[in-house]
Amino acid sequence: MTTLVFMESAGDELSQQAVTFAGGLGGEIAAIVFDQAEAYAPAAWAQTLVELAQERSAGAVVAPGTDRGNEVLAHIAAKLDQPMSANCMSVIPGDPATVIRMRWGGSLLEEAMVHGAPLLLSVAPHAVAATPVADVEPISVSASASEGDRVVRVTETVPASSAGVSLADADVVVSGGRGVGSAEGFSVIEELAALLGGAVGCSRAVTSAGWRPHSDQVGQTGTKISPEIYIACGISGATQHMAGCKGAKRLLAINPDGEASIFASADYAVIGDLHEVVPAISAEIRKARGT
Amino acid sequence: MNILVCVKRVPLTGGKITLTEDEQAIQTRHLGFTVSPHEECAAEEAIRLVEAHGGESVVLTLGPTEAEEQLRDMMAIGIDRGIHLVADGGEWDSQATAQAIVGAVREDGAAFDLILFGNESADAGNYQVAVRVAYALGLPVVNGIKVISVDGAGLRCERERTSHPPGRDVYSVPTPAVVSVLEGINLPRYPSVPGRMRAKRKPLVASEPARAQPRLQMVRLRLPEGSSKQAEVLGHGAEAAPRVVEILSEIGVM
Repeated sequence: MTTLVFMESAGDELSQQAVTFAGGLGGEIAAIVFDQAEAYAPAAWAQTLVELAQERSAGAVVAPGTDRGNEVLAHIAAKLDQPMSANCMSVIPGDPATVIRMRWGGSLLEEAMVHGAPLLLSVAPHAVAATPVADVEPISVSASASEGDRVVRVTETVPASSAGVSLADADVVVSGGRGVGSAEGFSVIEELAALLGGAVGCSRAVTSAGWRPHSDQVGQTGTKISPEIYIACGISGATQHMAGCKGAKRLLAINPDGEASIFASADYAVIGDLHEVVPAISAEIRKARGT
Repeated sequence: MNILVCVKRVPLTGGKITLTEDEQAIQTRHLGFTVSPHEECAAEEAIRLVEAHGGESVVLTLGPTEAEEQLRDMMAIGIDRGIHLVADGGEWDSQATAQAIVGAVREDGAAFDLILFGNESADAGNYQVAVRVAYALGLPVVNGIKVISVDGAGLRCERERTSHPPGRDVYSVPTPAVVSVLEGINLPRYPSVPGRMRAKRKPLVASEPARAQPRLQMVRLRLPEGSSKQAEVLGHGAEAAPRVVEILSEIGVM
């Protein structure tokens, strides 16, 4: 059986994980990369993958669980009228195949049977570690030229403004939750983040209240972060929030309620009011630095 | 501009998820319900577009009888009318869901210029219903949109890139079209008391579509293994600060 793998680029880590995941299905792997100079057109990319899958009698098409991976796979699923399993953790091939997939941003897992062929699977980020798979050399292709499939395509790209440390890439993230109490209350969070050269984050309760912009939200519907340390202040630890910070290497939670659910996911705990604890930490850092 | 927005009723899960004994669902006995976050923003976007350009906004859900609560919530913030596809308790996969929505769109007969979805539901996270509906109706589709503006005969839609290089991708989409959006496209308004009163009188039609045999067939749910940790308590209140700074030094982020 041949498995077709859609790669965002040859060097993309999540795409490499998708190749490793596909290796678990057995058989031959054909890893496909689109010419990076071409504008992204999801339907055209999907059409090309459908044609390649048919040419090679592929038993499965695998994509990374990224924005484009899930999108291109959904187009393939719609074109073929076959089921698609998004964000899989594992798969047992067969008829039907069995998958374990993420729900609720990973807070819950689903075991499901998949009735259809080819199998269409996207791979949950970090479900497997990328390992070099022998003899897999990505094949570069151009997308289908069909006009109908090119109606929706990227016509312009706007570069990001490079202000400050990006939340997704920061080594330190200091976040505030409902416990901060107001937009103004974030000054203590901003001060600590600045001292540590980190980024400011927040919970969904905060963005829903309009205290911070949505771009600061850490969570299932916000940014997924992976800092060396995540300092969560006045955040209770709803699953919505934890889905965004499970990639953090260490979690320090500051909360007045010793029973808050965030402590069950924390490495370090400070029990107390963030409005006392956070300024004290900032003062201690200044003292240690002699500033 | 006539806009249909599709929403899903999901539980407010709080800090800890518990499953029912048969492992088929989340134990919701003590939980409230809401509209899935991306879709709440889709409804707000529909209201804003109709406020700016005229037309009608319609909200649709496929869900249990109780999901009327979510339809009324969306009508309370300004959606004009509702369509309730009353579903049995079983799990509807994406193909069955899309098929029911397509049936309802055809049945309704309104000429929708735009059909809005959330990029993915909070619970199932299948990332595909919008695309399937678009293909069945022969419409163009864009996903994960954070900005929509009306531009001549179509829409200008912006999407943030999560892969490098960071920035935004811009699409020009002719209408009628299907667009799925992300939370952050707007900040949804809260319903007012008069809004809630008006919502009770807004038209709502209900029907019971037949559920197609699931092809992604849920067998059971389970919780991820052993994520529970024993946190090291560094102290209480401001007195914990020196120990926190020691830890920050050890990690090397000072």
